[in-house]
Amino acid sequence: MAVFVPTSLEELLTARAERPGLDLVAGGTDLVVEVNFGRHRLEDVASLSRVPELGGWRREGPAGPGGHLVLGSGLTYTEMLDPTLAELLPSLAQAARTVGSPQIRNAGTLGGNLGTASPAGDTLPVLAALEAEVLLGSAAGTRLVPLGEFVTGPKRTALAPDEVILAARVPVARGHQEFLKVGTRNAMVIAVCSVALVLDEQARQVRVGLGSVGPVPIRALEAERFAAEVVDWSTGRFSGGEADLRRFGELVGAAARPIDDHRSIASYRRRAVEVCARRALERTMSRQAA
Amino acid sequence: MSLATPSPSEQGAYRLEVNGRGHDVVDSWAGESLLYVLRNRLGYLGPKNACEQGECGSCSVLLDGRLVCACLVLAASAAGQEIVTVEGLADSEEELSDVQQAFIDHGAVQCGFCTPGLIVAVHDLLGRLPDPTELEVREAISGNLCRCTGYGRIFEAVEAVRRSRLEASS
Ligand SMILES: Cc1cc2nc3c(=O)[nH]c(=O)nc-3n(C[C@H](O)[C@H](O)[C@H](O)COP(=O)(O)OP(=O)(O)OC[C@H]3O[C@@H](n4cnc5c(N)ncnc54)[C@H](O)[C@@H]3O)c2cc1C
Repeated sequence: MAVFVPTSLEELLTARAERPGLDLVAGGTDLVVEVNFGRHRLEDVASLSRVPELGGWRREGPAGPGGHLVLGSGLTYTEMLDPTLAELLPSLAQAARTVGSPQIRNAGTLGGNLGTASPAGDTLPVLAALEAEVLLGSAAGTRLVPLGEFVTGPKRTALAPDEVILAARVPVARGHQEFLKVGTRNAMVIAVCSVALVLDEQARQVRVGLGSVGPVPIRALEAERFAAEVVDWSTGRFSGGEADLRRFGELVGAAARPIDDHRSIASYRRRAVEVCARRALERTMSRQAA
Repeated sequence: MSLATPSPSEQGAYRLEVNGRGHDVVDSWAGESLLYVLRNRLGYLGPKNACEQGECGSCSVLLDGRLVCACLVLAASAAGQEIVTVEGLADSEEELSDVQQAFIDHGAVQCGFCTPGLIVAVHDLLGRLPDPTELEVREAISGNLCRCTGYGRIFEAVEAVRRSRLEASS
């Protein structure tokens, strides 16, 4: 039993290759809870907090559409709130602001949210709506996996035993973004449901990611197609009316696959996700028009 | 680092820097949290142990200047980082910090269990944001549960420190 504290990516990947399945801990806000409650027995564990290659974020390619943002797996929620990044990815910043508490946001990371792959992970619907890919690395090389293929089930991912999540790679989208989450408090709350909406003016798409209403993050594709038709893309204005907003909400509700659990019931979740989606589109359109 | 050449932490021994003092930790198990090591091995009883799942904030400490829950940090991974507990906030062991004094003056303490965590969180807040709005104060302590006070007197204490620090600096 040992705690390794690698200080470079190479050391980390070597350790993971020599000992596949070696536990990894980033902020510890999921893993250490499991350890404290005796649900996970730690053998050897590598701490990711001192690996510089996993931290921060950078641009790749052009600054505008066509370019990408590469978000290190060690990026914390507090860092997602940094104004420069929050301006580029407002929906991610909004989601980050709702996570846990300042203590949790200072420690918890994007990579940990992906690694846990909880249906309630708040960055997941955002990454889905952003059409993010997950960059995985091992001693043998790297691969890029679309988010929808990375999260294979509730708390299940495509991560191989010798791999590490390096980053999330997000295409730059020009246009308004929203994130809405329902829970019992403003802080320290696991989502009953959540909705991320991303307007992509270049691709002429309205993309919608749903959280906590299915085993994995869900894209509401029919609702997206419907919404794209009620935007006048030459002005970026909403060309529909009240009935269209309602229809959009209904289509989002229909895309959800919620269950009953200790946090809520399926019917409430479906209704709540409908209302949140409709509000997200309303807000997006009022901002766009302004 | 290669697995063939164990670093000190691999043998269950490492050194923690708490409130500016170095402590050797030996024969520890990999899964020990920083909170456990602080309280049970090193005798720092300021950080309290309650929920062990990051919900209550009573174990709040500063790790390299960031407010975190000590219960969710693997102790061995904190080797080489600067740890500050409530015991290390005042200039000396005989003194109280302005935040500690204000909690007493404003009756912001009842059972006292959440107090050390709250004091660390308030130090963190006022260090980052010397002139926070009420909403910012509420958000800053949203991860510290207090079941006694209803928070009113805690807000009063924070407000008093905010005002006195601003006056002192103007
Ligand atoms: C009090 C509390 C409140 C919370 N509130 C929220 C909330 O509101 N919303 C929310 O979404 N979550 C919440 N969480 C859950 C948690 O904070 C997040 O999921 C967080 O993103 C986990 O990140 P971490 O760095 O702490 O992960 P860790 O606990 O360090 O790791 C989690 C898992 O991911 C794996 N992992 C981590 N990094 C990598 C990597 N780079 N490569 C491969 N695997 C990796 C680990 O091996 C582990 O299996 C909360 C947790 C607590 C304790």
